[in-house]
Amino acid sequence: MKESMIRGADIVVQSLIAEQAEIIFGYPGGAIMPVYDALYDYHEQIKHVLTRHEQGAIHAAQGYARVSGKVGVCLATSGPGATNLITGLADAQIDSTPLVCITGQVAAHLLGTDAFQETDVVGISMPGTKWNIQVRRVEDIAPAIAKGFYIARSGRPGPVLIDITKNAQVDFGEMNYTPCLGFRSYKVHLPVEKTSIQKAAELINQSERPYVLYGQGVVLGKAETELKFFLDKTGIPAASTLLGSGALSQDHPCFVGKLGMHGNYAPNILTNQCDVLIAVGMRFDDRVTGDLKRYAKQAKVIHLELDPSEINKNVKADVPVLGDCKESLSMLTEAVEKKSHPDWLAKFRELEELEKEAVMQHDISPTKTGLTMGEVINQINQYKADDAVLVTDVGQHQMIAWRYFNYKKPHTQITSGGLGTMGFALPAALGAQLYDYSRQVICVLGDGGIQMTIQELGTIMQTKAPVKIVLLNNNYLGMVRQWQQMFFDKRYSFTELDNPDFIKIAEAYGIKAQRIKSREGLTEAIEDMLIYDGSYFLEVMVEKEDNVFPMIATGCSVEEVRLS
Amino acid sequence: MKRYTIFVITENFIGILNRITIIFTRRGINIDALTASESRVDGIHRITIEVTTSEEMVIQLVNQIEKVIDVIKAFYHEDEGVVYQEIALYKIPVTRLDGGLEKIIRQHNAKIIAAEPQFVVLELTGHKEQTQELLEILKGYGLLEFARSGRVAVAKRMVTIDDFIK
Repeated sequence: MKESMIRGADIVVQSLIAEQAEIIFGYPGGAIMPVYDALYDYHEQIKHVLTRHEQGAIHAAQGYARVSGKVGVCLATSGPGATNLITGLADAQIDSTPLVCITGQVAAHLLGTDAFQETDVVGISMPGTKWNIQVRRVEDIAPAIAKGFYIARSGRPGPVLIDITKNAQVDFGEMNYTPCLGFRSYKVHLPVEKTSIQKAAELINQSERPYVLYGQGVVLGKAETELKFFLDKTGIPAASTLLGSGALSQDHPCFVGKLGMHGNYAPNILTNQCDVLIAVGMRFDDRVTGDLKRYAKQAKVIHLELDPSEINKNVKADVPVLGDCKESLSMLTEAVEKKSHPDWLAKFRELEELEKEAVMQHDISPTKTGLTMGEVINQINQYKADDAVLVTDVGQHQMIAWRYFNYKKPHTQITSGGLGTMGFALPAALGAQLYDYSRQVICVLGDGGIQMTIQELGTIMQTKAPVKIVLLNNNYLGMVRQWQQMFFDKRYSFTELDNPDFIKIAEAYGIKAQRIKSREGLTEAIEDMLIYDGSYFLEVMVEKEDNVFPMIATGCSVEEVRLS
Repeated sequence: MKRYTIFVITENFIGILNRITIIFTRRGINIDALTASESRVDGIHRITIEVTTSEEMVIQLVNQIEKVIDVIKAFYHEDEGVVYQEIALYKIPVTRLDGGLEKIIRQHNAKIIAAEPQFVVLELTGHKEQTQELLEILKGYGLLEFARSGRVAVAKRMVTIDDFIK
């Protein structure tokens, strides 16, 4: 054996360092122990955070990736360690989050024999990863990690899983790391075609009622400035998807609100009145479009998109503009005429007034005694930093927080969009906070979701991550209850929760905690929380049976959005 | 609903076939036939998949197949756009071999490729309709076993693998 040879486990860690990974979220176990042993030697070069469950590790890696724009890294053992990553992988896949997850695997000679903690994680994770691979030989470790990082972060980002057998971790091999710069079967994206830009520009120039819908693609493509310049020049009203929020400051004069099932009134209704629809980095999710047969049929559709398989998937594009939207947006800005659309924009503002009267008044300045989720978020807006990150779970609180949070900067919206994973918020907030201790990270969640990953309070305690946790407690699985009320004759089947004393739980983890039951003291509590130096747990008891509106019920058209 | 042949040019990696077939599973599309083989270029495989579906669906399938990291290229053709063959083997008991059967073999251009003391094996290459026709006839001759391959096909379009791996 040559002296320059090192163990496979060292190659794993050195490869991660070579990819400039700063932090690993993980949980040890038998089949990954050699890598954990190696980590002991590298603690000055790379940080490891021990979560309390592998699902916590992967959601934390997602939170880290979403706030930083970097690849999140996650480490787990074979068998149950690996299967506990699956929800996070599926979540990252549908929300295009770059991750590299490394799992240990039983030794190669035991594969297929039902060995202890053996599971076919490559098979199980295949549909939920952008790419995955099993590495059985030490010499294949570094190339697999290099390729994994390249695939995770390039093109449309996504999660990668690398399963490494134990023998490969303990065998000795050479470490000469070569970053992956591409390979023949993988086209990152197509170059933007000038002809498609010209066609799009013609449509936009002739349009009287153009309308921009922007999604997370703008953030992933780092095209926020290009979007702003495009809107500055064209004056086109622009609405955001759930994950697109933050790509454009809500203070921008063209910003008209949010799209979809619980988005704003005007942006939904007017989708069916525009003459040209310009979709940027969004995929026409069913929660955005409602009934596709009655979605924007009157409009010519221009679709700026990186992923060719998204073109015509849900909505037929008259002018598809394939490629990186950072490039295509600036080319399009060049090609279009300077314009403004005051009358068309005024239509949005008119309808916004209706929503203010019918919904926002109740949500933000309620006259009833019970606290609403909306007024909590509205109070947070008054005191939060401009670049405060909002991390939410899934359900009523998620929709309300999204509706009322004032997004000003990119990478401030972290939520489980496509998959709708309850339990996402607490670990994701931890991951986001660990990227930058000085950034305000506000984790808003419900009493259902928090209990799915509540064990991560332990990781928050151990890392001293100063996450601000806002629990909006209505003692219900609120969104399901709302549907039961509206569509299932108020048959509240298994949605009411008998909850523990959350304050005692938070305090048991050494986290400063406070409970608010009435309007007096809310403002002060939020102010206290946001200036507090350290993690903080604020429980707000909210109205038990409040509903989220506007709403486009399943199967309805965007123009059938209800205010009550 | 129409019959389409999907061609997939891939790297020769473990699990690639699985990655492709789950795309059909997700959409609930039945694969009528599938063949996989090495191409004329080292390390590159070609998979030929036959499906009966709408053109809209076949476009979505092809787009999603092409998105698989180790897939180099995926495309589809209708029957008119491809030259294809299938091979069928028929196992018949020797006791039924007579003048009538000999005539049938000749008429269908089938071949006897194996003769054992108890049985003979016939081979017929052609389109499914042809191999099916012979199958129906041979059922009357005590057919013991029948096996038919998936479609092997080449596109009429003048492109080659080299165009995709440039």
